Amino acid sequence: MSGWAMLGMHGLGWLDLAQLCGHFMLLSLLAVGGAITTAPDMQRYLVQQRGWMTADDFTAAVAIAQSAPGPNILFVALMGWQAAGLAGVVATMTGIMLPSSIIALSVGRYGRRRAQSLPMRAFTGGMVPITLGLLVSTGWLLAAPMREHAMAWVLVLGTAVVAARTRISLLWMMGVGAAVGAMGWV
Amino acid sequence: MFQRLALQGFGGVLPVAHKELVEREQWLSGEEFVELLALSQVLPGPNIVNLALIFGDRHFGWRGALAGVAGLLTVPLLIVLVLAAMYRQFAAQPQVTGALRGMGAVAAGLVVSTAIKLSATLKNSVMGVGLAAAFGLATFVAVGLLRWPLVWAVLGIGGVSMAIAWWRLTRASRS
Repeated sequence: MSGWAMLGMHGLGWLDLAQLCGHFMLLSLLAVGGAITTAPDMQRYLVQQRGWMTADDFTAAVAIAQSAPGPNILFVALMGWQAAGLAGVVATMTGIMLPSSIIALSVGRYGRRRAQSLPMRAFTGGMVPITLGLLVSTGWLLAAPMREHAMAWVLVLGTAVVAARTRISLLWMMGVGAAVGAMGWV
Repeated sequence: MFQRLALQGFGGVLPVAHKELVEREQWLSGEEFVELLALSQVLPGPNIVNLALIFGDRHFGWRGALAGVAGLLTVPLLIVLVLAAMYRQFAAQPQVTGALRGMGAVAAGLVVSTAIKLSATLKNSVMGVGLAAAFGLATFVAVGLLRWPLVWAVLGIGGVSMAIAWWRLTRASRS
């Protein structure tokens, strides 16, 4: 898996690519709560059903995308890359983004026109507390792999307090985290 | 703009989005941000992409929506592909994996701090601070601790919460 071989389509035909794109379009509509919630089905399709990548490659792709800058959705691009090179990236990213984006745009416009209507105000009033609860859950789950280390708790809680109280650049905090981690303390 | 945002977002872009859109540029109030996020969260697809789409569309039309998403994805996509190509060497280094874990812990803290900052908006909740906080806590217990599937948490807890908000709103408009 190296060099120019990655740019090719790995022997996949156009029909395969269209099916790949179609499958991710379906997942896009199901991906309430982020694309990562559909990862189990992606694994089933790409690894078990199609055999386009190994289970190890799949897990590595998720880990790489989580640890890199940018939205986590990019793990989907890596799936496409490993299945069919650049053509695969286009197929999976178009598939996962297009249906949900069209829905988001139409609902966003509708919501704005009706912002003062009773249903919209009940929706935002009711959903805002849920959203905050989901944010705290995300933080909790992100910290899951290192919860047994006391130093990790210091990092998580320290960051939460410092970021909430001060205006220090987030990049500095990331740097501290990277340095503490490189010393093997978390 | 969304490019600067994306590049800083190790382990999740949301805290950076809040810092830039609300604190630095002041394009949105905390309340508008959390409402936008609530909407993005219940729609299918990646939250942050939905948020960039809706925000870009509202302020700059469909070109803004396109620019928001392109800025969010282009450069990080290249970085991820390069990282994937180098993965075999870099996964073996304990310092590198340690650094990634440390950054993961900071990312977790940043998400929590965003929730702390946005919790100020609960003061204006139609159902009152106490009840709103209780619904937030219930969501954390269900999704974070008990690992309920998100759909059930949103439909169940969110459904009750929206019903109460609806009831309070109709009662307030009558009196």
